[in-house]
Amino acid sequence: MIVAEQKNLQEIRRMLQGRKKVLALGCGTCVTVCLAGGRQETAALASSLRMASRIDGEPLAVDESIVQRQCEWEYVDSLAQQLEEYDAVLSLGCGVGVQTLAERFPNKRIFPALNTKFMGMPTSHGVWEERCIGCGNCILDKTGGVCPVSRCAKQLFNGPCGGSEDGHCEVSKGTSCAWHNIWQRAEALGMVDALMEITPPKDWSTSRDGGPRRIVRDDLRLPGEDTEGKA
Amino acid sequence: MSATFEPEVVAFCCRHCAYAAADLAGSARQAYPTAVKVIELPCTGRIDIINLLHAFENGADGVLIAGCLEGKCHYLKGNLHAKQRVRHVQKLMDDIGLEHERARMINISAAMGVQFAQLAGEHVETVRKLGPSPLRPKPRSGEAA
Repeated sequence: MIVAEQKNLQEIRRMLQGRKKVLALGCGTCVTVCLAGGRQETAALASSLRMASRIDGEPLAVDESIVQRQCEWEYVDSLAQQLEEYDAVLSLGCGVGVQTLAERFPNKRIFPALNTKFMGMPTSHGVWEERCIGCGNCILDKTGGVCPVSRCAKQLFNGPCGGSEDGHCEVSKGTSCAWHNIWQRAEALGMVDALMEITPPKDWSTSRDGGPRRIVRDDLRLPGEDTEGKA
Repeated sequence: MSATFEPEVVAFCCRHCAYAAADLAGSARQAYPTAVKVIELPCTGRIDIINLLHAFENGADGVLIAGCLEGKCHYLKGNLHAKQRVRHVQKLMDDIGLEHERARMINISAAMGVQFAQLAGEHVETVRKLGPSPLRPKPRSGEAA
């Protein structure tokens, strides 16, 4: 899932300065699961904003709502009429949700209430860890299911650096060394020999280095739409 | 204002301990301020951050969360979850501009009626010293503050 974290209340208030009526809009998918922008978090943020603005003597009307998925036209289209009465939308979606709203409602200011952090998973209650950076060329088959691209601070492909100590990364003792984990997995799976092969430098053109990425699948395009993905 | 100020304190009480303690306080003729409005919960673990925020948003001058003694929760860790949430709300209150002392968690058993009355009274006094919540609804004209 996409993991996000709520921005500081003061930062959000600064963004909303001068607004009179705002819709705090949660998202029912990833940010609900990571407890950053679901129904309850949206209600808590809206309530906090209302209280803070009343205390400062400049009451801000903040209503709250949620859509199942802020990153798809079908879901955000249903907001068109509702948004007319608001100065701005405070999105508790990830960066994708904010941009989907901005693209669909070009005349409406859309503000982000969250910082989108990474693709990851909860490893225990209240703890989320990064697991994938979306590099576009998965090598998990070679590393026993542990990703050195997202989990090694130096993104090494041929073993640990000299900073690994007792299975921990030198960058942070709270982070386990990806290559330590890869080696342990390889031993358990009897694939240590495969790790002895030198992996050549990675082609990063499939990652961010190739610019914003896009997938077009001809088998899913609708008749009448070209293969470039333009309607 | 403070001379006539009578605080409103919402007390979220676990049914297994604090609610029974409040009841015991009444039976034992242990007076506690009428400002304390008790809300019964199955466990303080039921409390969500939004419940506490809404209490303040709707004008409560103070909020008391009263759960079982630590280690004695009937649902094992409900009171510990509540403790974390109260701390979180206290931090939020600082950001909002509301004194975090207005929210307090206490831990008592069902047999501690006297202590309930005492702790509830203490919290009311703390809130009284802080003064009315800035979120208190303005009295309508002709109505006493």
